[in-house]
Amino acid sequence: MEERSIWFSQAINEALQQEMRRDPNVYMAGEDIGPGGAFGVTNGLIDEFGPERIMGTPISETVILGHAVGAALAGMRPVVEILFSDFLFVCGDELINQAAKMHFMFGGKAKVPIVVRCPSGAGVRAAAQHSQSPEAMLINFPGFKIAYPSTPRDAKGLLITAIRDDNPVIFFEHKMLYWMMGDVPEGDFTVEFGKADIRREGKDVTLISWGQMVNTCAEAAEALSADGIEAEIVDPRTLVPFDKEAVLASVKKTGKVVIVHEAPKTGGFGGEIAAMIAEEGFDYLDAPVVRVGAPYMPVPFSPVLEDAYIPSSDTIISAVKKLF
Amino acid sequence: MAKEKDTLLTLYETMYKIRRFEEKASELFADSLIPGFVHLYIGQEAVATGVCSNLSDKDFIASTHRGHGHVIAKGADVKLMMAELFGKKDGYCKGRGGSMHVADVEKGILGANGIVGAGQPLATGAALACKKKKTGGVAICFFGDGASNRGTFHESINLAALWKLPAIYVIENNYFGEFCPIEESCSVQKLSVRAAAYGIPGVTVDGNDVMAVREAAAKLIERARKGEGPSILECLTWRHRGHFEGDPADYKPSEQQEEWLAKDPIPRFRSHLIDKEKIASETVLEIEERVNAMIEAAVEFAKNSPDPDQSGLLEAVYA
Repeated sequence: MEERSIWFSQAINEALQQEMRRDPNVYMAGEDIGPGGAFGVTNGLIDEFGPERIMGTPISETVILGHAVGAALAGMRPVVEILFSDFLFVCGDELINQAAKMHFMFGGKAKVPIVVRCPSGAGVRAAAQHSQSPEAMLINFPGFKIAYPSTPRDAKGLLITAIRDDNPVIFFEHKMLYWMMGDVPEGDFTVEFGKADIRREGKDVTLISWGQMVNTCAEAAEALSADGIEAEIVDPRTLVPFDKEAVLASVKKTGKVVIVHEAPKTGGFGGEIAAMIAEEGFDYLDAPVVRVGAPYMPVPFSPVLEDAYIPSSDTIISAVKKLF
Repeated sequence: MAKEKDTLLTLYETMYKIRRFEEKASELFADSLIPGFVHLYIGQEAVATGVCSNLSDKDFIASTHRGHGHVIAKGADVKLMMAELFGKKDGYCKGRGGSMHVADVEKGILGANGIVGAGQPLATGAALACKKKKTGGVAICFFGDGASNRGTFHESINLAALWKLPAIYVIENNYFGEFCPIEESCSVQKLSVRAAAYGIPGVTVDGNDVMAVREAAAKLIERARKGEGPSILECLTWRHRGHFEGDPADYKPSEQQEEWLAKDPIPRFRSHLIDKEKIASETVLEIEERVNAMIEAAVEFAKNSPDPDQSGLLEAVYA
């Protein structure tokens, strides 16, 4: 398939466009999506599909999410945009008590095929209510699938898979990735859920990360390589389902693990991965599992402070070096 | 005329079926055969029955934690319901949901719901699906006076009015939200006036008069089917029991309780059928006996249904 270099945001736009062309039951709803949304991701879609399918909504997260659940039960496949992942808490009931549980509570007889797209993460100087990484707490509510791409290619392939999935999918889009360029196939193209990408091969240490932090790990890996340490980067791409096998296989190969995420280290998903490795891969380890995450605090505003908050390649490098 | 008489008898049968199902559920709960919580609809049967008598399978309803009446009126099978209340394998949800989550999406039943007000966005979305798919269907959202204070109420009705969705929001005003009287929870006592805030019709009817509910709902459903948008139907009614079985409901003033028991929609409609419509009492008795047998059969079915297999604990978390 033909590939060309496009932005991460264009890759998402293209996935939406192709799926809406393919399936008349797919539509989008969200705040200001007609004019493209806060990050321009839906630019131009209204010209092709009109306001009937690119539905701008009032500032009403509760009914944006909740109506999608009802519409999905009634046969539609809504893709809703929650402007910032921080606002998922405004529609917490609809997300957690309704969408995630209906298939199960109704004995497997109902399906809720919705996709919840949400810009996430820190770095755009948006302060504590517009910069969080809430994936870990959502993982603790069974019923969702959770995708978190780190490249334009995965953004397109995972989003198409998400739209075709019969379960509610939370699709995190790290804001710092929107302007990343990368090669993306032009046509119909999917990335399977639950299949990690080995972003870089290496024999000395395994770095496990997702979203924007994968790119920070890649930077760190280049610097480590100059010092003779070859890091392998495992990007799970979806946190639910999680590719445990790929993680364990890499740990078996390297014997050392550093888990990196942007959310605070305490209570982050890294703790779960570390525990899983301790339970199922203890014999592979020749050093303690290390976690790198943000400090236990809200995201600060000042660029100087925010830069200190977000895990950097230097933090990752020093965490890795302590293992050698 | 024969058709009209059939309609009247069907209305009576539905109300009576809801009543008997719940009286039975109350007994079985007291005997510890039904686990968990049971919230009874006894006293409010005319609302679900009157509204749903205007619906077919292409229409949707969203219900509440007090949902038995709504789902029976929408055509749910009482055998599968009773088995679900027992937590059995043959229940509607294979024992995964219980009383508060009975659902049958094929029949347009989007589920009872354990969260007060949660049905409002769901019905709004189902109404959007009806409009998009041009099925001519409508979505009915049942909820109580208590749920009319939720933020979901405002967001849902604002959106439905904005998008002219075929949705009817039915407020069953039974004067109590859980234990709290309406005077202490609602800024206005006549809840249909809230419709004015959305520029949509708001109608209040005697919710214990099944024909009045049916007719009022018919008009609002008709305009929704024609694309004229949503509306609010407030039905004034009374729950005879506590918030849940086991709640002695001491907070309800006894004079008010007496007054409303005298307005019980079922004996009231029964007398109307016999005295005004000149239907033979034998015909009514025949319906009652048939329903009694149906409920007994449902209980037997539930008792005989196996428990879910523990080996299947993890089933149906994902589609």
